[in-house]
Amino acid sequence: MQSKRSKSGWLEPEVVAGNGLLDRRAFLRGGAAAAGAMMGYTFVGSAAAEPLADDPWSKVPGGISPPYEQRSRYEEKVARTLSNPKGEPRTQHARTPHHLINGTFTPNGLHFTIVHAGTPDIDPDKHRLLIHGLVKRPLVFTLDALHRYPMVSRMSFVECGGNSAPFFSKEPIQASVQALHGLVSCAEWTGVRLSTLLEETGIDPKAKWFIAEGADAPALSRSVPMTKALDDAMVALYQNGERIMPGNGYPMRLLLPGWEGNMNVKFLRRIQLTDAPAMSYYEARTYAPVLPNGKAYQFYFLQEVKSFITHPSPGLTLKGPGFYEISGVAYSGNGRISKVMVSADGGQSWAQTALQEPVPSKAFTRFRTPWRWDNNPAVLQSHAWDEAGNVQPTRAQIVAVRGETTKVPPVTGFPSQHYNGITTWAIERNGEVKHVYA
Amino acid sequence: MSMHKLLIFAVLLALAVGSSGAFAQGPNLGKPIGPAEIAAWDISILPDGTGLPPGSGTSAQGASVYAQKCFMCHGENAKGGTNAALVGGGPITGMESVKTVANFWPYATTVFDYIRRAMPWQQPRTLTNDEVYALTAYILALNKLIAENDPMNAQTLPKVRMPNRDGFIIRFPDKL
Repeated sequence: MQSKRSKSGWLEPEVVAGNGLLDRRAFLRGGAAAAGAMMGYTFVGSAAAEPLADDPWSKVPGGISPPYEQRSRYEEKVARTLSNPKGEPRTQHARTPHHLINGTFTPNGLHFTIVHAGTPDIDPDKHRLLIHGLVKRPLVFTLDALHRYPMVSRMSFVECGGNSAPFFSKEPIQASVQALHGLVSCAEWTGVRLSTLLEETGIDPKAKWFIAEGADAPALSRSVPMTKALDDAMVALYQNGERIMPGNGYPMRLLLPGWEGNMNVKFLRRIQLTDAPAMSYYEARTYAPVLPNGKAYQFYFLQEVKSFITHPSPGLTLKGPGFYEISGVAYSGNGRISKVMVSADGGQSWAQTALQEPVPSKAFTRFRTPWRWDNNPAVLQSHAWDEAGNVQPTRAQIVAVRGETTKVPPVTGFPSQHYNGITTWAIERNGEVKHVYA
Repeated sequence: MSMHKLLIFAVLLALAVGSSGAFAQGPNLGKPIGPAEIAAWDISILPDGTGLPPGSGTSAQGASVYAQKCFMCHGENAKGGTNAALVGGGPITGMESVKTVANFWPYATTVFDYIRRAMPWQQPRTLTNDEVYALTAYILALNKLIAENDPMNAQTLPKVRMPNRDGFIIRFPDKL
C-alpha cells in the first residue's frame, strides 16, 4: 500500500483522485497500517468517549427465540415504499431501500415487487406447471415433482425495465436512491433449469420462442426466445434459501438472469413453445420505449451494465468532514462486472474501486472505496464496466439517443425505460446529498 | 388412412418419442397431458391468429358488453376514466406521447388476447369468446380501424392492419 505518515504519526492512504478519494486497497489489505490509517481519523478532533455502562438488557435473560426470526424492532424504518398501498385497481410497486441495507443480496422482505393486479394466494399443492406447444409431448408438473429434479443455485439480480425512469426527467428529481433505483434487487435463486424440463418434453425444431404465463389475475404473459431457454433460464423455487416470497412469484417463477424483470414471469403456470412471439400486451405495448423519432424499441430484454452509489446518497447526510466509505452496487445482464470507477469531482478525475468478492455473473457486485471528505462541495459518481466490454453510459449519452421529458414527471412515473446511465450525487457543505445531473 | 401412410405415421411417432432414451435418464415426473385437458389454460394468441377460438362479435354487440363490464373504469365511449382511454391518441412523437391501441399497438390480436386474459379487472377470464370478439370489434371500430359492421372472428381479426405495425426497432436482434 502506498501511504505516508500524517502529522499525527498515523499512516494515511494515498489520495488517488480529486476531492479526497483514497486508494481502494487502503483497507482491503487490512493489517496495522490500514487500521492505523482509519484510527488516525477517529482520533483527530474526537472528544473522549463516555464511560461504558452495563445496560439493562445485558443484565436479564433475553427473549424467546421465535420459529421464524424477526428483525430488531429498531429496524422497522428499513422498509419498502409502496406506490399503491390501498390496492386500487392498478399496478403496485414496492421499492427496495438500497440506502438502508448493505452487501450484495437483498433480504427477501425487502426485495422489490411489482404486481399488476395484486398478489395471488396460491395453494402450492394445487399449483401446476404446464409445458406444451411445439414440444414432442406436453407435460404437467406438480411442485412436488419439480422438487425431485436436479437443481441449481445462482445469484441473479432482477430489475424492472422501468427502474430508474426518473432519470429521463429534464430536471433531476430530488428523491432517495430507493425512489430512483428501488426497482432492482438481487437474490440467490434455486430451482430447476428450464432446459432440464424441456429435455423431457422434447423440443420441436420449429420452436423459436416460448410464452411464459403466470397464475395471477391478469395471467401475465411474455414471449422469450428459445436461446434463453436453453442458456440459463430457470424455474426458480427458492429465493435466498427459502421458498419464493408471494410477491416474487410463489410458488415458482421464471428466472431469466440479466433480462427485463417483467419477463421473469411470476406465479409461473404455463410455458408454450411457439414459432413466433405472442406480442402480448407487455411486450407489444408496455415495455417498448419510444424514441424521439416516434419509433419504439421492441424486445429490449437486456438490463445493461449499470451502477449507482448507495452510500452516501440522498437522506444519508454526512456528519462532518473525515473518513467515509463510498459504496454501491454494479451489475450487468451481460455477465460479470470488471471495473467500477468513482469520481468525487463530477467526473474530472476517477479512482478505481475495490470489488467485493465473489463477483458473480448477472448479479450485484458491491464496490467500495475509501474517501476523506474535506467539507467542501463534492460531486460523486460511479461508472461501471462489464466483462463483455460494455461501458455504463453517461446520462447525456442516453438522452442523446432516447430523449428526455419536457416537464418534470412524478417520481413514481415511467416516462421511458431501460436507463442505465450514471447517477450523480452532489454533497453540499452541510453534508446533505442532492441528486443532480452532471 | 392407407397402410403406407399408417407406416409413415408410425415411424414419425417413433421418431418423436425417439428421444425416449433421453426421457428415461431424467426424473420423468411430468404427467403427459392432452389438448382437451390443456384447453382451459391454452389462451395465448399469436399475431397470425394461431390460438384464436371459434366465435364472433360485432361492434354493436361489443358496445353492450362494454356498457355492462368496462364502462366503470374506461369511461363513456372508451374515452378513459379511472383507467386508460381505449380510443384516440395523437401521433407518437416521443416518450411523453400516450400510447394507445390506435397509435401504438402493432397487432389487433393483442387486443383480443389481453381482454380475454386480463379483463374485466375484478373478474378476469369470465367473458365468453363471443364477448371478447365483440369488445375487440367495438374498440377497433371506435378507433376506425375496422368498419362499424365488420365482425371480428378468427378469420377477420388477424387481417386487421394496425397503423403502427412498422413503428418498432428490435433492440438486440442478436438476442432473438
